[in-house]
Amino acid sequence: MSPSRGGSAAIVVEDVVLKYGKTVALDGLSFSGEEGRVLGVLGPNGAGKTTAVRILSTLLRVDSGHASVCGVDVARDPHGVRRLIGLTGQYAAVDEFLTGWENLEMVARLFRLSRKQARERADELLEQFDLADAASRPVKTYSGGMRRRLDIAASLVAKPRVMFLDEPTTGLDPRSRVGMWSVIKDLVREGTTMLLTTQYLDEADRLADSIVVIDHGKAIARGTSDELKSMVGGERLELRVRDRSKLAAAATAVEAALKEAPSVDVDAGVLRASASRGAAMLPDVIRELDEAGVRIEDVAIHRPTLDDVFFSLTGRAAEPETLNQPDETDAAQPPANERVEESA
Amino acid sequence: MSTAALPAMGLDELGRGSLAYRAKWWLSDAWVITLRNLRRVRSQPDILVSITLQPIMFIVLFRYVFGGAIGQSISGGDYAQFLMPGIFLQSIVFSSIFTTGTGVADDMKRGVIDRFRSLPISRSSVLLGRTVADVGLNAISVAVMIIVGLLVGFRFEGGFVGAVLGLSMMLFFGFAFSWLAAWLGLVVPSIESVQTVGFMFVFPLTFASSAFAPAETMPGWLQAFVNHNPFTYAVDTIRAWFNGSEAGSDAWWALGWAVAILLVFMALSVRTFRRATTK
Repeated sequence: MSPSRGGSAAIVVEDVVLKYGKTVALDGLSFSGEEGRVLGVLGPNGAGKTTAVRILSTLLRVDSGHASVCGVDVARDPHGVRRLIGLTGQYAAVDEFLTGWENLEMVARLFRLSRKQARERADELLEQFDLADAASRPVKTYSGGMRRRLDIAASLVAKPRVMFLDEPTTGLDPRSRVGMWSVIKDLVREGTTMLLTTQYLDEADRLADSIVVIDHGKAIARGTSDELKSMVGGERLELRVRDRSKLAAAATAVEAALKEAPSVDVDAGVLRASASRGAAMLPDVIRELDEAGVRIEDVAIHRPTLDDVFFSLTGRAAEPETLNQPDETDAAQPPANERVEESA
Repeated sequence: MSTAALPAMGLDELGRGSLAYRAKWWLSDAWVITLRNLRRVRSQPDILVSITLQPIMFIVLFRYVFGGAIGQSISGGDYAQFLMPGIFLQSIVFSSIFTTGTGVADDMKRGVIDRFRSLPISRSSVLLGRTVADVGLNAISVAVMIIVGLLVGFRFEGGFVGAVLGLSMMLFFGFAFSWLAAWLGLVVPSIESVQTVGFMFVFPLTFASSAFAPAETMPGWLQAFVNHNPFTYAVDTIRAWFNGSEAGSDAWWALGWAVAILLVFMALSVRTFRRATTK
């Protein structure tokens, strides 16, 4: 994908408020995603990710605020929006009692393809998503990964301009997850505009061009993965010295290599320094240490993860492993604005 | 994607255009969903069992267990001839409640409803596809019951025209009750309670009628209900047509009731469905 950022906003959410009874699910949420790029919406369970996707895909109406897809307002012209989008939900939105082929053929017919075109499209998509062998089996016999692939295939039947992928890998085993990532990357390479929600930080890191972090129904940070990481500082070098008596010598050597004095943790026998050049500085450091006769027990370069970002933004970890909570409206908690606001 | 170019046929006009154009696609979409519902039955043998075995059991139960006692109060004494129209219609209405009500409630809980609702189709076509599919299932049920009915001594004495008229009325009545069931499936929170509530509706309606015993044998207060029960009008009409006698004003009453139930619950269901989000 070209590095230029000239794309216009294909996905716009502006000051959206949505309440379920007294629970505020979205509390003035705003974000936008550019045409031809992947917008990652990152947040823990109950943050409002699914609610935002359901609003953009016309399944829920906003209480106030605006949302639009490719310039078409979801409230004013929901039908117009439905022509543009493909939705892959948290539950695979496929019929378990039909075969994979029947599912795709049905969706194709509902998109007004002729009988013949619908059949061809179903065959083509099953092939593309590596489901041809399972085409005539009922979906209830499919594995979780196969269902998600079929679900994505169903969303692609009419070549949507914008794809919504709501937690596409939640609940999948590690292998299916990697498979799903490669499916998503292929779509991205073809230039599909995409909104991807996830509670997995590495997933957003890997797939999204830009990320909006949401918590308690509000955006609390936006930027590229790198920009978010730089909020918590760059890469850091960490060295453990075997012989504690050589700590001072080691510190001098590291300073000589990096032109910056490391901090010294005497108890742990550890030196820490920021590593602006990343791994490129390692040979220099090792050479200096070698010349000073210091033997090292362990060396590591720490790259900040989005976990660090989330922690620094909210003061808590991102609780990613609560898999049995597919419906986040159930989990929507009353907003705790004070904490969020001061860190945002 | 290495795909042949997708024909954008109709896509720009989805959900737009003239009334006739939209009506055509509404029916076409409903037909696609009808086929979906019928195809699903292959993987749901419990539904096939309930629409075939249950009516057979009812026929045998009433014909042979109760029939000897009830049959004596029938003028002419031919209980099979009296019973079949009633039991056919009762089975159709029961299975409409069961398949449509639970089918809609089940769909609402599944992810596939989000697929339908995010497609540029009229949402009501999803419900129409459901109720039309259930007319198809009811037709299977009727075919089985005709065979069993013939085996236990029932005959279409009204000839071919009478039989077709009676069966059409039966399926139309079932279609109307499917819309009642669709509405229940949308407003009642769980599949189990859809069945319970559905049968609370249908039980008094079918049993407190002239389906199984003549109204004259019942106490006066009950006769007052039975004689105005839409189910009684329908059973009397179908019985007259099957037996080759005149249905008279009963036919109009039966038709009127079915149309009224159909229109009211179609309107209610479509409105509820448009507003519903996944439960």
